[in-house]
Amino acid sequence: MPYSDKVLDHYNNPRNVGSFDKSDTTVGTGIVGAPECGDVMKLQLKINADGVIEDAVFKTFGCGSAIASSSLATELVKGKTLEEALKLQNTDIVEELALPPVKIHCSVLAEDAIKAAIADYRQKNGITA
Amino acid sequence: MSVTLPIYLDNNATTRTDPRVVDVIIPFFSNAYGNAASKSHPFGWAAEEAVDKARAQVASLIGADPREIVFTSGATESNNLAIKGIAEMYAEKGDHIITVVTEHKAVLDTCMHLESTGKSVTYLEVDDNGLINLDDLKAAITDKTILISVMAANNEIGVLQPIAEIGAICKERGIIFHTDATQIVGKIPFDVEALGIDLASFTAHKMYGPKGIGALYVRRRSPRVRLSAQIDGGGHERGFRSGTLNVTGIVGFGEAAALCQAEMASDAARLQVLRDAMEARLLDQIPECQVNGSREHRLPGLLNISFGFVEGESLLMGLCDVALSSGSACTSASLEPSYVLKALGVGDELAHSSLRFGLGRFTKPEEVEWVTEKVIAEVARLREMSPLWELHLEGVDLSTVQWQPH
Repeated sequence: MPYSDKVLDHYNNPRNVGSFDKSDTTVGTGIVGAPECGDVMKLQLKINADGVIEDAVFKTFGCGSAIASSSLATELVKGKTLEEALKLQNTDIVEELALPPVKIHCSVLAEDAIKAAIADYRQKNGITA
Repeated sequence: MSVTLPIYLDNNATTRTDPRVVDVIIPFFSNAYGNAASKSHPFGWAAEEAVDKARAQVASLIGADPREIVFTSGATESNNLAIKGIAEMYAEKGDHIITVVTEHKAVLDTCMHLESTGKSVTYLEVDDNGLINLDDLKAAITDKTILISVMAANNEIGVLQPIAEIGAICKERGIIFHTDATQIVGKIPFDVEALGIDLASFTAHKMYGPKGIGALYVRRRSPRVRLSAQIDGGGHERGFRSGTLNVTGIVGFGEAAALCQAEMASDAARLQVLRDAMEARLLDQIPECQVNGSREHRLPGLLNISFGFVEGESLLMGLCDVALSSGSACTSASLEPSYVLKALGVGDELAHSSLRFGLGRFTKPEEVEWVTEKVIAEVARLREMSPLWELHLEGVDLSTVQWQPH
């Protein structure tokens, strides 16, 4: 399967691989997907007192497109408020990475991971959206 | 270490045609291009003579008589001819066939086709080494069993079934024994007499010969095996397989067989050393990986290995400079794990992240070393990125995690 140059770039040089302490109250963690489906994404956001995403990291088990989608997601959310981050859509990722139809689910997973991480942060801090 | 990329490690899919084979074939395109069935002129005579020589070379490789070799287009056709040909010819004697779940699709789909025409087929299971249990085989035999078809060496994991023992059981019970010998012929000793085989399918392109030419060995004595032809026409190949003989292919097949016979011992020994070194290094450097299939009963040049906590397609992407096969059809839209690995009880995740390394006559030691180190580096890099590996290192049992399938 041919990969776009952008997918190859993120696969070969993934941005922001890593982990934050899950118990830290300034950290929101989203884990989505399942091993038997061939994709598991873990996205973590570090959020400051103003509700701005200061930092983001990911770890992904999945194909090159899944790795690229989550790598790009960390870049896209940095510096955004939670409200802005929630407006990000999977189509933004599909466009940027030129994902083929069979790989669209990778972008959906990345969007879900952002939403799950924000929900985790809000739940931890008793914030209702 | 200097290697030329890409590196070819997919010799169980097909092999490079040996240059010595190519040299022998070429004149039969340009000069001696006659039809081997033309009896009235020297062009035909030359072609016939070349076919006779090649038939003897191919027969000699497997310990057969030249008159027991039927040339076909390849092992898929040979498997079809053997299984359908027996089912039709012996229909009055019985309608039951026994085979194995890990057979090649050319055998399985042929059997399924026969089931749709009313025949009955038993598919034997294998153990976690990929081997059948001979007691299961004996128990599956009925008075209607006319054919047992068990592959000699598996194409994905290289596991060698107990062919001689199966041959003895077939002889004792008066059942015809067919083996798909595609992966074994030319690689390690294979003698139809010693193994008690009645029918054997194999092909030139897995043994450094050209594509498009194969053979079916059909026993002539004790018992004399009869077959219903599947391709009718001019009555070539003693009526078993009509169609103008593929003289260039046959000549190449013969030369490839002669080379294999002469060089098999040294080739096999060399490949075994390379494969064993690769296997030992990978097992030593990569925790949580496993070799699939029996390590004792296995072809010398094949290694099938699964790497836990990394995803197969991303691993192949990292190994884009290496031609090899994986345990899942991940280039297609469906992510179907290998049915062979599933039959061994390998879970879907590990099946997806399995690789088949197929070493061959032209594989250089430095290529194997390069690939080995690349695999070690890629698995480490992908695990560094894998949330599953992180959970595993934290001591979490992944089967207890509540996942969110999508």
